[in-house]
Amino acid sequence: MLTEPAAIRVLLTGTCLGFVALFLVLPLTVVFVEAFRNGIGPYFESVREPDAIAALELTLIAAAFAVPANLVFGVAAGWAIAKFRFPGRTLLTTLIDLPFAVSPVISGMVFVLLFGRQGVLGPWVAEQDLRIVFAIPGIVLATIFVSFPFVAREVIPVMEAAGTQEEEAARVLGASGWQTFFRVTLPNIKWGVLYGAILCNARAMGEFGAVSVVSGKIRGETNTLPLHVEILYNEYMFQAAFAVASLLTLLAVVTLVVKTILERRLHGGSA
Amino acid sequence: MRRRSVLPGFTLTLGYTLAYLTLIVLIPLVTLPLRAASVPWAQFEATITDPRVIASYQLSIGASFVAACVNGVFGLIVAWVLVRYSFPGRRILDSLVDLPFALPTAVAGITLTTLCAPNGWIGQLAEPYGVKLAFSRVGVTIALIFIGLPFVVRTLQPVIEDLDVEIEEAATSLGARRLKVVTRVILPYLYPAWLTGFALAFARAIGEYGSVVFISGNMPMRTEISPLLIITKLEQFDYAGATAIAVVMLTISFAMLLVINALQGWTTRRVAG
Repeated sequence: MLTEPAAIRVLLTGTCLGFVALFLVLPLTVVFVEAFRNGIGPYFESVREPDAIAALELTLIAAAFAVPANLVFGVAAGWAIAKFRFPGRTLLTTLIDLPFAVSPVISGMVFVLLFGRQGVLGPWVAEQDLRIVFAIPGIVLATIFVSFPFVAREVIPVMEAAGTQEEEAARVLGASGWQTFFRVTLPNIKWGVLYGAILCNARAMGEFGAVSVVSGKIRGETNTLPLHVEILYNEYMFQAAFAVASLLTLLAVVTLVVKTILERRLHGGSA
Repeated sequence: MRRRSVLPGFTLTLGYTLAYLTLIVLIPLVTLPLRAASVPWAQFEATITDPRVIASYQLSIGASFVAACVNGVFGLIVAWVLVRYSFPGRRILDSLVDLPFALPTAVAGITLTTLCAPNGWIGQLAEPYGVKLAFSRVGVTIALIFIGLPFVVRTLQPVIEDLDVEIEEAATSLGARRLKVVTRVILPYLYPAWLTGFALAFARAIGEYGSVVFISGNMPMRTEISPLLIITKLEQFDYAGATAIAVVMLTISFAMLLVINALQGWTTRRVAG
């Protein structure tokens, strides 16, 4: 294979390693160094503190709504877009990606404009005696919004690559629609669905900007883990902030590992 | 019309897709321009031409541009090294490139701030030269480099993998030096994907909030980014002001989306042709 002179290769590899070490490895290390700065005891104290537990619970609740909702949507959108041709198909694919183009702050803000006290639906919400903004439903909605495209954008290409012949054969042989989906389609796309769900979950649990706007940041009530990290940090409780942040970092590392394993399954080794 | 198909479920799945998309994404997003339309023009204009708001746009766009340029250079090198060279730890490094996607932005924010603060591991190296990394525009740019890095690498990687070695061989056998092959054959082929990665990193950086607010120091007129200004206005219940700033940002985002779509079309045609 053709390649550059050895000196250039060493220079480029060195630059690559240096850049990655500086921007990726160093931050990853700092999280744990700061989290364990005062030893193991204070670390577990910060992680087990009631406000941290409450924040963890809320983060899990938000993801428990967002991931299944976006997973069902992603598979449905995949079926419609990948298995059929219809006018507006490209436009639909672009619209599904919209939440990625919007600033997280705006993603949260639109729900305040919609359901807040001065919002379009504000009077109706108050009449029903509901609380959406500055409460859990708003956090769940904002989380669903920001993690919306992940499953769909992974499932659509996987379904397209699988084609329609196997499903058509199943139908001709007398399988019902649901049988076809569960016995033929789902086994073909399961790694793609899982891949999308993992990324969706990482974003849902880690979202900061959008949730920060809708949450109101009531300690122990409407605080998610990332918001709790911010509060601790702004109160100069750096060790506690990094202890909680280390949980989110572990989630990120697990996400990367699972993602890498799934990529080998999806693409057969490369990438 | 749609192709006649023996497959069922078209109406069900398309109906569900459209309904869910409309409820979760389209209706909330449309609220923003509708709300902006109810703001009197004079007030709207006064908000978006306020020097503090203009300074925030300049910072958000300027720092995002510089960060995307840095990522353009280093992202190309990282992508090239990952695809073309083999060395121990290459696979781990490859997985690590996605860290900025997976790491919550708030964690990235406090981590980069700690590193770059005057007493931090990196900050104390710059301190003797009188360079302030954290709580300055440099800090904002550092955070934006971090979150933009995967876009350039991940857009370039598959295109470099697809690069036809035969073309390189042909150019070389015709007597071209390696440098000439790189600048005349390889880089022009990568150009559309490179620009796409640059645009994606730039677009993401403009709206970024979590990783920037900690390191920027948030000084009005100097290190205050537009998304933060929106939050400040919302917290003061100045919904009209927040909406005005947000509409301008949303317009920039959608313009970027159109540019990116066009660039991606160009990349696909280049790779397919």
